[in-house]
Amino acid sequence: MARLKVNGRVHDVDVPESTTLLYVLRNDIGLNGPKFGCGLDQCGACTVTVGGSAARSCQITLADVGEKEVLTVEGLGTIDKPSKLQQAFIDEQAAQCGYCVPGMIMKAKALLDFDPKPTEAKVRSALNENLCRCGAHNRIVRAVLRASREA
Amino acid sequence: MNDITLTDAVFGAPSRRSMLKAGGFIALGFSLLGPEAFAQQQGNANLQGDLKQWPKISSWLRINADQTVTLLVGKVELGQGILTAVSQLCADELDIDIKRLKLISGDTALVPDEGVTAGSFSMPNCGTAVRQVSAEARALLLSLAAKSLGTEAATLKVADGKVTAPDGKSVTYWDLVKGQELEVQASGTAAMKPASERRYIGKPFGRVDIPAKVTGTAIYVHDYRPAGMVHGRVVRPPAARAKLAAIDAAAVESMPGVIKVVRDGSFLGVVARREEQALAAASKLSQVVKWDVETGGPTSETIYDWLLATPSKDTVIKDQKRSGGPAPAATVEQTYKRPYQMHGTIGPSTAVATYDAAGSLLIQTHSQSVFETGTAIAKMLGLEPSKVRCQHMQGSGCYGHNGADDVAADAALLARAVPGTPVRVQWSRRDEHKWEPYGSAMLLKVKADVDADGNILDWTYDLWSTSHGVRPSGQAGNMLAAGYLEKPFERPVPVNGGPPNYAADRNAIALYEFPGQKVTTHFITQMPVRASSTRGLGAYANVFAIESSIDELAARAKADPVEYRLRYLKDQRGRDVLTKAAEAFGWSKWEKKAGHGRGIAFARYKNLAAFTAIAMEVSVDPSDGSIKVLRATIANDSGEIVNPDGIANQLEGGLIQSLSWSLKEAVKFDGEGIRSSDWEAYPILTFEEVPHVDIVHIDRPNAPFLGTGEASQGPTAAALANAIFDACGVRFRDLPFTPDRIKAGLPA
Repeated sequence: MARLKVNGRVHDVDVPESTTLLYVLRNDIGLNGPKFGCGLDQCGACTVTVGGSAARSCQITLADVGEKEVLTVEGLGTIDKPSKLQQAFIDEQAAQCGYCVPGMIMKAKALLDFDPKPTEAKVRSALNENLCRCGAHNRIVRAVLRASREA
Repeated sequence: MNDITLTDAVFGAPSRRSMLKAGGFIALGFSLLGPEAFAQQQGNANLQGDLKQWPKISSWLRINADQTVTLLVGKVELGQGILTAVSQLCADELDIDIKRLKLISGDTALVPDEGVTAGSFSMPNCGTAVRQVSAEARALLLSLAAKSLGTEAATLKVADGKVTAPDGKSVTYWDLVKGQELEVQASGTAAMKPASERRYIGKPFGRVDIPAKVTGTAIYVHDYRPAGMVHGRVVRPPAARAKLAAIDAAAVESMPGVIKVVRDGSFLGVVARREEQALAAASKLSQVVKWDVETGGPTSETIYDWLLATPSKDTVIKDQKRSGGPAPAATVEQTYKRPYQMHGTIGPSTAVATYDAAGSLLIQTHSQSVFETGTAIAKMLGLEPSKVRCQHMQGSGCYGHNGADDVAADAALLARAVPGTPVRVQWSRRDEHKWEPYGSAMLLKVKADVDADGNILDWTYDLWSTSHGVRPSGQAGNMLAAGYLEKPFERPVPVNGGPPNYAADRNAIALYEFPGQKVTTHFITQMPVRASSTRGLGAYANVFAIESSIDELAARAKADPVEYRLRYLKDQRGRDVLTKAAEAFGWSKWEKKAGHGRGIAFARYKNLAAFTAIAMEVSVDPSDGSIKVLRATIANDSGEIVNPDGIANQLEGGLIQSLSWSLKEAVKFDGEGIRSSDWEAYPILTFEEVPHVDIVHIDRPNAPFLGTGEASQGPTAAALANAIFDACGVRFRDLPFTPDRIKAGLPA
């Protein structure tokens, strides 16, 4: 049995502490935002924040998380009431397939929390290790800059 | 924002029976038999797109009693925005608020079979059909309303499904269909709306699926978790030509959570309760299994020699002899190469399959070909095709035939071993990289005879390629797993697609009007590496070769590349995109700086779809051979525009993907197998490498929809090559243009 705090709620899950965070978020807590992309720390599709910092949930266990709070896109807003950052992605139509987008949003969230007014170059640098295959990169950058402007 | 209900299309799509019971829509009692039942009704020359095959209005539309409308389409959402575009078309032509629409797409039990979602056909075939069938339904409803209101249909006005007569009396669509059972074929005579009366068509309406995607709302097959679902994984051999020699699975069967180890010949998999348990069991299985692997064959380095040396099926696809004119003053010959390249889906392919005790199979899949994949899987399992239902759910961007269909077959095989239990299979990153069918390696040769002024007299083009299409096509042997079963299915011998769309030789015929042109396809049916449809098929490499070559000939003639192309490009829409791209880029006032270059390229996709020209500026750093793409301008004519932002997204995304292919991507393999097994071994373009992109739309009101999805691929590669040449004076003809290759090619 392990306990973790996700999106403001405490969850007790019946798995060893050595379980990878991604599978617990998806399969035990039923979240969809963190996506499996590579399991190799190479693509960023599984990005969440842990204690406010971006983390790749395929690379860490529940023991690594400990008491720190985990945040996923579901913790930012809902389809009826998206957060400013999510709304900026909608306004910029910053997706094609969108599979990488929740990871992009959580990486951007960590960036904006740390640096609310980043330059475009900083946004690109922060997202550089999050992979997108559809070529939505420029739209994603515009969405992050829009969220920064409108915050 | 818009809030079209996608949930039906995503999760819990209703059964046909429950839809029928819901009552109150046009044409109850529609046929389960498919298009052949309506053969006598076909051939109505007035019907457009896929409405020709599916002429019944009820195949596409339901006017529901709850004041909504359900639109059913066979094409599926790949992130290209098709569900948004068809929603815009339907809402406008049916005259309803778009929020009333519910969409069901790609459910083989419910929607018209529109074949594969590919080839930039969704707008021409599905979009056109939806527009027409919606107009037909509106006309039908107006005729009912006219009777109900005691007036002529022509006098009626409609707003959001409310029909009003000149005397102010009104009736709604929903009142009109209550209790009705109408069996109606589209006539093809209903008038479409004039542009002035449209609310949605032609405007950048927000994509219906994006709000779900940015909030973690369940929309992907990856997120689908039916009650009781378990997890399966398949253990694949180290290389494609392999047989399972021995396995002692006892140690795996006793692992935590393991439900079953499944072996069928050389197909090996495991089903476990939890995902990480399935992963651990698969990992252990891969350690204890012994394979006999056949080695040898060409490598990623020798593949071009292999292409030239291997027997091919040769077809002359164009042979236009020059009549008269001077003897050539010179002959210019060049060879261009394209390696195997990946679809490189970010989210590894995933499917959920449930095999029930009665021998029916339900598969949730992100296949682009739900009908044909369902049939192929049925044959693989020895089931009647009618026993397999595929429901499309969205996946991670695919741009062609990736692992989507194969993972559905994997899931089906594992599900059969645990009847009644939904089995979810997601490929690993390594399996996606190693086992997806790639875009084929190609070798392209251009020979141009020119006159004393450098004008082209005779153009001879030869291309060598393996297959660009081994999609499921309803044949078991096309499924990856089927070749490894105890009773294996042979992979059908690949065939090349013919005119007018072509496949390996797509866009191999130059659209330029040269005095003489001969084009020969050398199609190789052997596949040392499995290859299939990748965005644009052969067009990517053919346009790269043709548009590089014409640039070389322009340089040789000391002519401006735009002006030189215009000497031979007679198609006015082609000329328009070329000149627009040049103008928007600032071609004529561009000033050369050291290390900087500009390039331009043009193609009409398939020579019958969208017109696209791309201009690009790059810088080349001679110290390390690195290329920086500074900016790109796209001019495009996709016919009448339904959603300009959707087109922009496709064009820009295609350009970025093609830049990634052209700058970085080549699948590495040797006699032992595929070496490009993750993103480190097969890197793709990143945020800091992506240029700014400007897009110029040329709208052609009332012209047919041409589709946009693959329009950027070829011109991007050629514009890049041409810009690199302009920057450094060296012509590079082998894709991709990696720093090592550039540095080695530059003068010391």
